[in-house]
Amino acid sequence: MSVRKWARIRSPWLIHFNTGGCNGCDIEFVAAITPRFDVERFGIKLQGSPRHADVLGVTGPITMQITKRLLRIYRQMPEPKFVVAIGTCATSGGPFKDCYSVHGGVDTVIPVDVYIPGCPPKPEAIIYGIAKLLNKLSEGEGEEKVEEGKVIKESEEERREKEAKGH
Amino acid sequence: MSYGTTIKVPFGPQHPALKEPEYFLFEVDGDIVVKVTPRIGYVHRGVEKAFEQETYLHNLYLAERICGICSHAHSTCYTQTIEGLIPLEIPPRAVYIRLIMAELERLHSHSLWVGIAAHEAGFDTLFMYLWRDREMIMDLMEEISGNRVTHAINTIGGVRRDITSEQATKIKKFLEKFESNVKEYTKVLESEQTFIKRTKDVGVLKPRDAIVLCAVGPTLRASGIKSDVRADDPYLAYGEIPFNVITHDGCDVYARTIVRCEEMIESANIIRYALDHLPEGKIKVPPPRTIAPNESVGRVEAPRGELIHYARSNGTNKPERYKVRAPTLGNLASVCQTLIGAHVADIPLILAGIDPCFSCMDRVIITKKSV
Ligand code: SF4
Repeated sequence: MSVRKWARIRSPWLIHFNTGGCNGCDIEFVAAITPRFDVERFGIKLQGSPRHADVLGVTGPITMQITKRLLRIYRQMPEPKFVVAIGTCATSGGPFKDCYSVHGGVDTVIPVDVYIPGCPPKPEAIIYGIAKLLNKLSEGEGEEKVEEGKVIKESEEERREKEAKGH
Repeated sequence: MSYGTTIKVPFGPQHPALKEPEYFLFEVDGDIVVKVTPRIGYVHRGVEKAFEQETYLHNLYLAERICGICSHAHSTCYTQTIEGLIPLEIPPRAVYIRLIMAELERLHSHSLWVGIAAHEAGFDTLFMYLWRDREMIMDLMEEISGNRVTHAINTIGGVRRDITSEQATKIKKFLEKFESNVKEYTKVLESEQTFIKRTKDVGVLKPRDAIVLCAVGPTLRASGIKSDVRADDPYLAYGEIPFNVITHDGCDVYARTIVRCEEMIESANIIRYALDHLPEGKIKVPPPRTIAPNESVGRVEAPRGELIHYARSNGTNKPERYKVRAPTLGNLASVCQTLIGAHVADIPLILAGIDPCFSCMDRVIITKKSV
């Protein structure tokens, strides 16, 4: 195992981003770092800058206005990067699926590695999901992701911008 | 000291100090904020429109998902509004169970906030202690309702689950422990110099400004104004239960913390009283499926302040119009005012001071920019 991989599995740094959720998932996510659950025992550290993060934890459905910001944060993260969709909203759009200003789940915008369903998922479930991701990594998955991460769908605005430039 | 020129500092939408995406543009002169421009709307999902597309029963679950911290406040307000439309009288036992859940939720929301405030002030030990205690409340709520966050205990015409006598004893036992812990933490907050230095005279909101800018909830009460929907316009069974409206004259972040700590003690007393006077009987009555044309407004004191829902029915099984006015909308203007003249380092603390919940509040989408 390379030192890089070893470090990645032993101490993944997490960044959390709410893309339009109701706060339920966010609070459960924060609860996971508090004494009862304590994700730090897996070496997981929550921190603020996307440039230092390995894993992006997304909560909530993707609203139209946040899409561009989510993409920007995703692009700022260094390779290899992994995305965890926390909650039903992030997985599929949940109760807000049909709302006029919601795109749907996270995978309509960026590729997702682990889905954690639940509305909201319990902190145990969140920890389980992240542990699954770490397992996946130790089995060698995600190695090919070292290349430039691909973006599934550009935000509406970016598409328009490109069109405008093309014309 | 003034430098004569100002610099623009963007804050958000992704920021470690806030769990939710919101953007503020600060203009700073040296270290002092001179202008604040908020940009809201990142969390706008179009919930009000979604209400019009689902039946009254489905909307109950949507109402809970407006906000994940005060989900019970939203669903209580929703059921109250819809029961006002019908109109429908709910059994007294259901009223008390709703009230007990509402106060348990206030305990969890306030302990969450005091923890966050301590964290923003750099006092992480207290943050961890409070969140440890908060888990006890979450366990209780899970036992009563079946879920930690979105309880779904309310239904139109009553509640879905009863509180058994064993659960009542459990709640009382928990309250004893929780109350003594909160008293201890309050003592720590009142004597801990690092916390006091960080919060006293920070984010001052004068009583007059608080009224003019429509502040609500603990933010308003920490400016010395006695205003609480539970006391001013009693809903549920608050008219029958003796309790005090907590106020503080400090007008700063420190006062907001102490108000919330004391409200927790008050809530504990309310729950105890309600459990002792829990009426016997049914817990729900069946509601009609369709509702004749009518209008109704519900008012609830959510943990963050006054929450208003409005509904209009048109004779079908779906509402014609639904409107939500969340407390953070009331507090946002006041927080922008208090931020002016603050140090850059105090921004997260002052912003967190109103206990913002942007997912309740965001309701703007600009689809076409004017050229
Ligand atoms: S999954 Fe549920 S709790 Fe989580 S953000 Fe969506 S509605 Fe809220």
